[in-house]
Amino acid sequence: MSVTTTTTGPVWVRRPAEQGWLAKLFDWKPFLIVICLLPAVGLLMTFLTYPLGLGVWLAFTDTTIGRSGQWIGLENFEYLLEDPLWWNAVFYSVFYTGIATFAKFGLGLWLALLLNQHLPFKSFVRAVILLPWIVPTVLSAIAFWWIYDPQFSIISFLFVEVLGIRDTNIDFLGSAWPARFSLIGANVWRGIPFVAISLLAGLQTIPPSLYEAALLDGSTAWQRFRYITFPMLLPILAIVMTFSIIFTFTDFQLVYAITRGGPVNSTHLLATLAFQRGIPGGQLGEGAAIAVSMIPFLVGATLFSYFALARRKWQQGEAND
Amino acid sequence: MATVSIRAARKSFGSLEVLHGVSVEIEDAEFVVLVGPSGCGKSTLLRMIAGLENITAGEIAIGGRVVNTVAPKDRDIAMVFQNYALYPHMTVRDNMGFSMKLAGAPKDLMEQEVQKAAAILGLGELLHRYPRQLSGGQRQRVAMGRAIVRHPQVFLFDEPLSNLDAKLRVQMRSEIKELHQRLKVTTVYVTHDQIEAMTMADKIVVMNHGNIEQAGPPLELYDRPANLFVAGFIGSPAMNLLRGSPGQGGFVTEGGALLPMPTSANGAATIYGIRPEHMRLAPEGGIAATVQLVEPTGSETQVWARVGDTTLSCAFRERIAARPGDEIRILPDTGLVHLFDAESGQRMN
Repeated sequence: MSVTTTTTGPVWVRRPAEQGWLAKLFDWKPFLIVICLLPAVGLLMTFLTYPLGLGVWLAFTDTTIGRSGQWIGLENFEYLLEDPLWWNAVFYSVFYTGIATFAKFGLGLWLALLLNQHLPFKSFVRAVILLPWIVPTVLSAIAFWWIYDPQFSIISFLFVEVLGIRDTNIDFLGSAWPARFSLIGANVWRGIPFVAISLLAGLQTIPPSLYEAALLDGSTAWQRFRYITFPMLLPILAIVMTFSIIFTFTDFQLVYAITRGGPVNSTHLLATLAFQRGIPGGQLGEGAAIAVSMIPFLVGATLFSYFALARRKWQQGEAND
Repeated sequence: MATVSIRAARKSFGSLEVLHGVSVEIEDAEFVVLVGPSGCGKSTLLRMIAGLENITAGEIAIGGRVVNTVAPKDRDIAMVFQNYALYPHMTVRDNMGFSMKLAGAPKDLMEQEVQKAAAILGLGELLHRYPRQLSGGQRQRVAMGRAIVRHPQVFLFDEPLSNLDAKLRVQMRSEIKELHQRLKVTTVYVTHDQIEAMTMADKIVVMNHGNIEQAGPPLELYDRPANLFVAGFIGSPAMNLLRGSPGQGGFVTEGGALLPMPTSANGAATIYGIRPEHMRLAPEGGIAATVQLVEPTGSETQVWARVGDTTLSCAFRERIAARPGDEIRILPDTGLVHLFDAESGQRMN
């Protein structure tokens, strides 16, 4: 086969367009990089780096409201170590996070497994499950405030009037331990949807054929959970747990709206105590020190999740599928 | 080792019936291939044998025992899935030994069985690897190894080669066939690829729209397709199927070509079928045809030739120098012509 090309007449040639200075500027890479990064960097600096930096700096000063402070080094932290209220808040923050995370993951995983089955009105049920998460925290806190009310509590009403199990109303928020557990209950209620929906998403990435293969391999339902569902869910479980621990440990709204740290400071989390000292108490430096003291706990929890749970050997290797 | 009997099996999903009473008898140690276009119900039938789908009506028996209500794990079958369904978080060793682990087998026995299967499949070096670190063909072998370790009565394969590239597919095809000859386990194999079906099967079951069109040995299906569907489905390149009617001196196609009729014709056939490889080049006589397209593959030359308004596909063993537009003379091998009734689709000779 032969190819012959004949050209007759004038040939149209594309002429390079003349570029103005503006077009040239926008083609200049360093300028483009700066322009593209500026909004993101600006926002981060203004709303993240500056407040965090200011907080850390304040923690090393004796600033109070209305008086800029002096650099006092570690004095705030030394004081906190001897402060029983700070130790109390550390204890309750760890306790609150521990119990609530355990309950949230237990119930959330159970709910996710349930929702992963073929249920009637599945999508409707899934939407309902998300509700506690959609409602603003303060609104749900007010609802719980009513649920835990010494006089009008619906739970007390149920036990006393309907079931007749108790003679007196339950004192939810009036003394230390019941108040602590009541807050954990409210936090669990609020946190379950996040865990359940995230884990449900994780469950749905597990190919059904694995379960079929396991079924043919002779597994029981428990063995399928133990050997397939759980190990395959572990990576996403680790990430969700990291987030959940961070959100729970730094919780502020629920506690502040329901008990304000009371009774007798028994339900102060580090975040509420920091606010209490810093803003109503006026001791900005000390409040900032309390807030900064949360950082080691959070870093520890994150590192634990990341190294202990997140990446498994079987996920590594070339991603060729 | 066992026979498998499928008797008038039906399957409905809601009000939609996808299998309309299918019956197949599978002999002990037989290699049966279920083949058909996608959506014909072949995979559903396989999953019903495995117990992954329940049986709406009819019976399935494995080794003489009706298994309609028997749990999958108690049916003594092993299945290789299309996507292999290897457990990604387990090594090859654990994948293959998983069924024994679940059954509570002792560790050394498990290791022994895994080693044996690995030796058969040439996986010895890969036992410590994870599925991610394997190539497609290796994963395929692990999936088979997992099935072998169980010593099942029946192997089920659900389109196991469709995720492999063409070359590997041919290689795995012969490996599976070889494995079957070695282990002599009854095998049911699902595919949509008729070449796979032809090359591997002792018996092919051609399915379409939830019915069995024809079941029989590969060459029988090739030589005497029972109906139009099988005629068009089996064989590559596909059979020429030409509409028309018997007339003076032969079969007159709608395109106006006159083709010689076989003597065995009974009734008035309205479709004339001739495989491309059964067309001959006629030195003299024959039918004058205009070459439209020539596709040499080396071993044979495929030619699309036009007779009147009818296009015939022909495959010649000899290399021909024809170019598009040239005239050649061709002749169908009268003894190998298939005649069908257009309305019922049934064979007429």
